[in-house]
This record gives sequence, structure tokens and C-alpha cells, in this order.
Amino acid sequence: MLNIRDLQASAGSRQILKGINLTVNPGEVHAIMGPNGSGKSTLAGVLAGRDGFKVTGGTVDFRGQDLLDLEPEQRAREGLFLAFQYPVEIPGVNNAYLLKAALNEVRKYRGEPELDAMDFMAVARERMKLLEMDDAFLNRPVNDGFSGGEKKRNEIFQLAVLEPSLAVLDETDSGLDIDALKIVATGVNALRNSDRAIVVVTHYQRLLNYIVPDFVHVLSGGRIVKSGGKELALELEDKGYSWLEPTPVAAEA
Amino acid sequence: MTQIAAEASYANQFADLQKKAPLPGCLGALRDDAFECFDRLGFPTRRLESWRFTNIAPIAETNFVQPTDRQDYTRNAFNAMGLPKLGGVEFVFLNGTYAPSLSTIDGLPDGLRVRSLGEVLDNDPDTVIPHLGRIARFEHQAFTALNTAFLRDGAVVEVPEGIVVGEPIHLIFITSSTGLPTLCQPRVLVIAGATSQVQVVESHVGTDVASYLNNAVTEVSVGDQATVDHYTIVLEGESAFRVGNLQASVGRASNFSSHTITLSGAIVRNEASVVLEGEGGECTLNGLYLASGRQLVDNQTTIDHARPHCDSHELYKGVLDGQSSAVFNGKIVVRLDAQKTDAKQSNKALLLSEDAQVTTKPQLEIFADDVKCTHGATVGQLDPDSLFYLRSRALSEQQARQVLIHAFAADLLGHIKVGAVRQQLDSILLDRLPMLSGS
Repeated sequence: MLNIRDLQASAGSRQILKGINLTVNPGEVHAIMGPNGSGKSTLAGVLAGRDGFKVTGGTVDFRGQDLLDLEPEQRAREGLFLAFQYPVEIPGVNNAYLLKAALNEVRKYRGEPELDAMDFMAVARERMKLLEMDDAFLNRPVNDGFSGGEKKRNEIFQLAVLEPSLAVLDETDSGLDIDALKIVATGVNALRNSDRAIVVVTHYQRLLNYIVPDFVHVLSGGRIVKSGGKELALELEDKGYSWLEPTPVAAEA
Repeated sequence: MTQIAAEASYANQFADLQKKAPLPGCLGALRDDAFECFDRLGFPTRRLESWRFTNIAPIAETNFVQPTDRQDYTRNAFNAMGLPKLGGVEFVFLNGTYAPSLSTIDGLPDGLRVRSLGEVLDNDPDTVIPHLGRIARFEHQAFTALNTAFLRDGAVVEVPEGIVVGEPIHLIFITSSTGLPTLCQPRVLVIAGATSQVQVVESHVGTDVASYLNNAVTEVSVGDQATVDHYTIVLEGESAFRVGNLQASVGRASNFSSHTITLSGAIVRNEASVVLEGEGGECTLNGLYLASGRQLVDNQTTIDHARPHCDSHELYKGVLDGQSSAVFNGKIVVRLDAQKTDAKQSNKALLLSEDAQVTTKPQLEIFADDVKCTHGATVGQLDPDSLFYLRSRALSEQQARQVLIHAFAADLLGHIKVGAVRQQLDSILLDRLPMLSGS
């Protein structure tokens, strides 16, 4: 599904990704862990097509297409979803309005009929239960005035409605208390299936207690320095990242 | 034509009017005074502070003439314009003259009187004498002086004490010229008695591409404990000039609101001035404008807190594209006596192109010492993070821009109390978005 080869990217004059190789197959859950500044969020941003990064080398193939050649909206319609680390507050845009527009764009692209307001609400209500959200969420402006936990839940709710083939969760656990973390994890787990791949980007092992990955990769200094099974996350929890660092932490700062 | 020649032409037109359609007694004298004022002031130039950023040379140098009769203008032509339908009565004025055949005046609620100014001047001048020219002062205002000098027709809305009018009263002013640049000067007088409530919507519409000047003056007298909501919708022709002056005098414990929505016109100047003349009054002045191409939209507001314990709220928002420009000048005066004043002013502009520009100036003159006055102005572009977020949710860049522009503008429409006005304006706004997405 996703095939990243020797991906290199910079922000301004700083080289951040220095040759990432990663293959993700349908049905798999991959965790990408690493210390601050290792390039985790850059990788997520480059995959989603965020401005401000320059790809300086390598390729990314997503379901047979050159992902890097696509506009952000084309990536989304092709089935890529990024759950933001910092979801953007958009006053004046109704949550339900955005989600219905988004879902219908995806459906149009897939050649499926667009949903009217009633059908959309039925889908939305069903998915909201998954995240233990109440109806009022739909009528609030997108993320505006949401607590940190509500924003993250809203991201996973969008994921549940849009049903992408590849979901990238960028630090979805940051800022969540344990109850919210469990709700979010339950939501994500309910969306696991043999056609869908999930990439969980996180600093801490905590989330991986609830979303158990098939593979764990350690990103450090812009490269994946170690890959393994779910037990690698526990090892990292135990030993920290320093034993894997290619360069001392001080040089990265 | 030079400005001097144009002004001389107005002198001839004025002499002609005084001869053919004289007004008796003090109303005739009011016209004379007004023309004398206009003659003395001349059209404003950019040397005047309040016109510094608004070049009206194209207005001053054009010889606008009095409109001709448009007997040929049909009900079908009117219907074809697709104007907002608000569900209440509609008084239509064609080139400044009341057009009964285009109006829908059935079912006027009990007690409410809406008449053409022409009829009132002929049959019942005493009703308007205490108000005309008293609320909209023209001593320092050339355009208002010009309007007053040519006082002839318009709308008079009288809401007697205690009457609550449920449906909005829709006044529609259509300019449809027959070739020469036309000067239309509608006049509106709203007299709301004590404890009455009324909503008045003025739509100013141009049907043709030819240049014309719509110089409108509205005077509103808000009685004690009355509520008046006034809306101005500017839908002038693309080569049209508009100068509008709305002046309100607000009584004790009353509530006055004005929303000015500018959607088209080459040069549009909207002035709104409110005097809070009784204790405990409340006033809202809001505005929204969409400008593109080479349009110029200038909003000038004045809120005069003359008495204690009055609140005022002001929010103006604009979306500018192309090489358009906008001016906002918000003056708030708090008199020595006006303790416990609470005045808030905010002006926000969204620039969609690098060539668009906005000039914004708050102007606070505070003479009392126990008051709250705040003002703020922001000028910005569409937020790149918001755009990316929407695009990452499968919306095209164009759609994402439109969603954000709509959100910015619709925030102001949310303040409009009359549902029909809000919905109609929102659908006009949605229609305009493709032309305003800054690409």
C-alpha cells in the first residue's frame, strides 16, 4: 500500500529526513517512535503534503501512485488520512458541514453517490458512538473552543467517517488523559481491518498498550535506525532512546 | 466635464426643480438652505480628512442629470431582477419616484403607515417637517445637502407608539437609466414612536451597466424604549456610484441597529451616524462588504454617546480581492456627561490578493472618565494552516478558500435578526464566492 524509498526532506536549510525506507501493507499497524526532533512529524507532514517541507530525494508510492506528485486533497481522496498533532481551529465552519463536504468529495472520487443531509447524519451518529461523542459536537465550529482531548477525538471521528485506506496518526496521544486515550484507542481499534493500514507516530509507548502495533520502527536523526515487533516499544520504554542514537542528543538540539 | 461645470449644472437643475415642483413654506426654505450649503461646500476633495482615501473625482466631474420617467419599466422586468423576498410589504421606487404598480402594500399591519414622501409633502407636510433635515444635518455634508436640495420623493415610515411590526418593511430603490448618467436621490424617514418595534430593509439596486449616482439619505427617529433594526443592502450596478447617509437619533432605553451590506457598485460610500440621546440606549452598527476588481468601498461611522449608560457595538468586516480598496473610519464620541458608556468597535478585513488594500482608522474622542471603550482592527489573509487542514480533508484548494471566506463573512450575517434577510444574503454570498476566491 505504502512504499517509502530513501525519502529525504528538508525544512528551510535543515535536512530533516535523511533516507527513510518503510513498507506498509494493508491490514498492518506500524508504530513510528522516536525522540523529539527525530523527524516523526516531518514524515507525517510530507506524506500528507504539507507546505514548508522540500522533498530532496527518494520516492513514495501509495497504492501504485507517486504520492509526492499529488495535491493534498488528491491524497485524501486516494485514501490517505492524517490525524493532526495540532488540529486547526476553524471558527465559522460547522463540524458537520466540513465532514459532509469531505465525505462527499471522497465518495464522488470513488464514483459513489453523494450523501444527502439525512444519510450523512445517520453515518455520523453511528460513528460518534464509537468515540463516545454527543450530537452537539456536530454543530460546533471545527475544533473551535475544543479541549485538547476533544480535538483529538474529533480527528479520530473524522477518520471513522472518511474510512481511509491509510491513516497516519501524528502524536494523537499527546495531551490526552488516560480516559480519553482509552476512548481514542478503542475507536482506532474498531477501525482496524484487513484492508486498512494505520501508521501511529508517537513519542511514548503508552498509546501502544492500547493500539497494539504489528511493527515498531525507531526514527532517529532522520533515519529509521531500528525495526522490530511490538516488544521493541517496551524495550524503548525501559531503556529510552539514547542507546539507539547515531549522534549524541546535544548535537541534535 | 470639469467639477465647476458640473456644479453649475446642478444649479440649473435646482432652479428648474424649484420652478416646476416648488414646496410650500419651510420645506421650500429647507431646499434653498440645502442647495446654498451644497454650493458653498462643493463636492468633497481628498484634502478633507474624511475623504482622504476616497477619490470621488469620477463623481464630481460627471454631469449627472435628473432621471427621466420610466413608464416603460414593467412588472416583469422587476420580477426578473430576482430581488430578495422578505415576506412583508414592498415599496418600490424607480429612479427615486414611488412606483405603486411595482409595489406590494397589501396587509400593512394596523397602525403602521408607510407612504411615499411625495404624497406626504403634498397632503400632510406637518408630519415630516419636525424631522426632515433635522436628523440628517447637511451643514458640513455636501452630498446630504444635495439630496436635501432635491427633496421630492422617497419613503416615510411611521410606527405609532406601542405598535410592534412583525414583518420587515422592504423599501426597494431601483435605478434604471435611459442613457445619460442619472442622479437618483432617495430619501427615507423612519419615525418610530415610543415602545414601538420595526424592521426596515432598504435594497438599492441598479439594473444597468451605465454610470449613475445614487445619493441616498435616511433619517431614523427612535422613540423612547423603541426598537428599530435597519438594513441597507447595496446591489448597485457595476459602474454605479453610491453615497449613502444613514442618521439615527436614539431615545431613552431604546435599541437601534444598522447593518450595511455592500455587494456591488464601483464607488460606494456608506456613512452611518447615531446619536444616543437618551440614557440607557443601545446601538449596533455592523457592516459587511465584498469588493473585487477596482471597486472602492468606504464605510464611515460615528456613534455619539451623548447621555450616560449607553452601549454601542460595532463590527465591520470586508473581503477584498483584485485591485479593490476599502476604507473604514469609526468615530466614537463620548460626551462629558456620558458616564458608564460601554463602546466596542471592531474592524476586520480579509485580503485575497496582493493588490487589494484597506485603510482602517478608529477615532475615539472621550470626554467622560468612567467609560469602557475598546477598538480593534485586523487585516489578514486566509490562514495557510486552515487551508491545509481543509485540503487534507479532501476539499479542493478552491473549495477550501471558499469555505474560509464564507466563514469569515457569514459571521457577520449571523448578527442579522431577520431570518429572511439573513438567508437571502447568505445565498447571495454563496453565489459570489466563486468570483471572490482570490485566484
